[in-house]
Amino acid sequence: MTKRFFSGPFLIFILCGTLIPLGVIAFYGITDRSGSFTFDNITAIATPEHREALFLALALAFISTVICLIIAFPLGLILKDSKLGKKGFMVFVFILPMWMNFLLRTMAWQVLLERNGIINQVLGFIGLPSLDIINTPAAVVLGMVYDYLPFMILPIYNALIKIDKHVIEAAYDLGASGIQVFRKVIVPLSVPGIVSGVTMVFVPSLTTFAVSNMLGGGKVNLIGNIIEQEFTASSNWNLGAGLSLVMMIFIVISMALIEKFDRNGEGNIL
Amino acid sequence: MALIELVDISKSFDGELVLDEFNLKIKENEFITLLGPSGCGKTTTLRILGGFETPDTGKVLFNGQDITGLAPNKRQINTVFQKYALFPHMSIADNIAFGLKISGKSKEYIRDKVKYALKLVNLSGYEKRSVDSLSGGQQQRIAIARAIVNEPRVLLLDEPLGALDLKLRQEMQYELIRLKNELGITFLYVTHDQEEALTMSDKVVVMNQGYIQQMGTPEEIYNEPENAFVADFIGDSNIVPGIMMEDRVVKICDHIFPCIDEGFGRKKPVDVVIRPEDIIIGNPGEGIIDGVVTSNVFIGVHYEMCIEAAGFEWLAQNTKSYPVGTKVSINVIPENIQIMNKPQSEDEEAMALDD
Repeated sequence: MTKRFFSGPFLIFILCGTLIPLGVIAFYGITDRSGSFTFDNITAIATPEHREALFLALALAFISTVICLIIAFPLGLILKDSKLGKKGFMVFVFILPMWMNFLLRTMAWQVLLERNGIINQVLGFIGLPSLDIINTPAAVVLGMVYDYLPFMILPIYNALIKIDKHVIEAAYDLGASGIQVFRKVIVPLSVPGIVSGVTMVFVPSLTTFAVSNMLGGGKVNLIGNIIEQEFTASSNWNLGAGLSLVMMIFIVISMALIEKFDRNGEGNIL
Repeated sequence: MALIELVDISKSFDGELVLDEFNLKIKENEFITLLGPSGCGKTTTLRILGGFETPDTGKVLFNGQDITGLAPNKRQINTVFQKYALFPHMSIADNIAFGLKISGKSKEYIRDKVKYALKLVNLSGYEKRSVDSLSGGQQQRIAIARAIVNEPRVLLLDEPLGALDLKLRQEMQYELIRLKNELGITFLYVTHDQEEALTMSDKVVVMNQGYIQQMGTPEEIYNEPENAFVADFIGDSNIVPGIMMEDRVVKICDHIFPCIDEGFGRKKPVDVVIRPEDIIIGNPGEGIIDGVVTSNVFIGVHYEMCIEAAGFEWLAQNTKSYPVGTKVSINVIPENIQIMNKPQSEDEEAMALDD
């Protein structure tokens, strides 16, 4: 009786915050402006413009995720063994930017990367060619990596510090070399962390429109930008909702793929 | 020649000396136990042998060869860790096969060997099971199987039974003795449990604060402790100050006891060890000292009683119960009185008494 009473607010939240909005999106997605049923908004993903945006978004999200992983894993290994890392201080330093507003951080990159921005001024000062990546996919990837890297570091670090040091010693004891210990013990045991990290970087990268807006200067159109424009500039909610549904399906598929690698079932987002 | 020799090993952590010029020889095929309270340096000794710690000074010799700086994966030594340390992401068969796969053995060889090892630890048919599905005792046996399939010359065991309940611990003790006899490899066992040490070992090394206190067979350690620390640590005992009057005569609490020790000199202060089960309780006047029972607890096979006599509280064990308040006498036969020298210096005393 009391249990049910206390779960009430959460049920209301799930209803109002998740189920009803999803239902509304689904309704918009499968109707046209006059309110009659149609699949056009869903199949609209197949038009060249939308398809290109989706593939670009998938490609950039994939690249950002891989770069984050390449940075975060060795970093996690270093932090795990360092004395500072054990106290969590270094991790704290790496997580610190997360406490700053994400739009502000992206805006800062905009200023840094500008044609006459700080980076190019410094490069010019020491006689190096200028870095011309603002308004290109490279700048968008840079922004994504910078914004989402903490989400990769944290779960990987947590998975690595959870590995019992005696298990690693046991592997050495049984004759394994450093590389074999890494391949056969450390990597498999950090899979749950890698899966959460990959999910937490890949999904926001795939759906972002803020980063591509600010660092792509309107020249890098991701599927997120298209959806945003349908809701704002074109005020075509039906098309925007339809494309959002397609995105959801893509995310579910990619998470299912990631989940296949996660044998321990941790980092379960779905 | 000794299979393993530790020569003048010293090791400190954060400025704290854990081992001080430690020397130990281990013979082939011996079951040797390092016994001592936590922090006595026994685990550090084992980790130095396994290659997980490097000594600050000193040498580790294996078959006469210096292996002090050799990495753990290059040693013919395998370890059974305190908390099993099984690979949680692998099946039981893969856990046991780990070392064999690393050394590139054939599939058939590995399969047979895994089967053999599981049979040896009484867990046949567990190949496909996951680590999580096993109880503590079963996991421990897998950890042993995983170590012995590699046919090491020496097996190091770091308090392997510490996490098990009493019944299982006793069962495992017999299994370990059986395994050692079947396999014919050298066991180096680390524990703080004196019963475990006495049950299984060929040789017990009692350690405290980085020093060896006494080394010998379980009988020697129990019956003839060399100092108060060993006497106190191994089993219950009454440690009473006494004066050696002459050979074979000791004065304890102003009463003369005949004993069998010689060569301590005349009127020399000594420590006397009397095991509680060696105290003979009789009617007043029948023994050497008269006293009164001050407490009585039934602890299974026998009653454990405290007897206040001649200003000392004696711990005594007897199958017959004497209620609190009973007037009794106590006596000890000469063979059961163990005389020890008093510690020579304060340093030695600290070493002996600091638990």
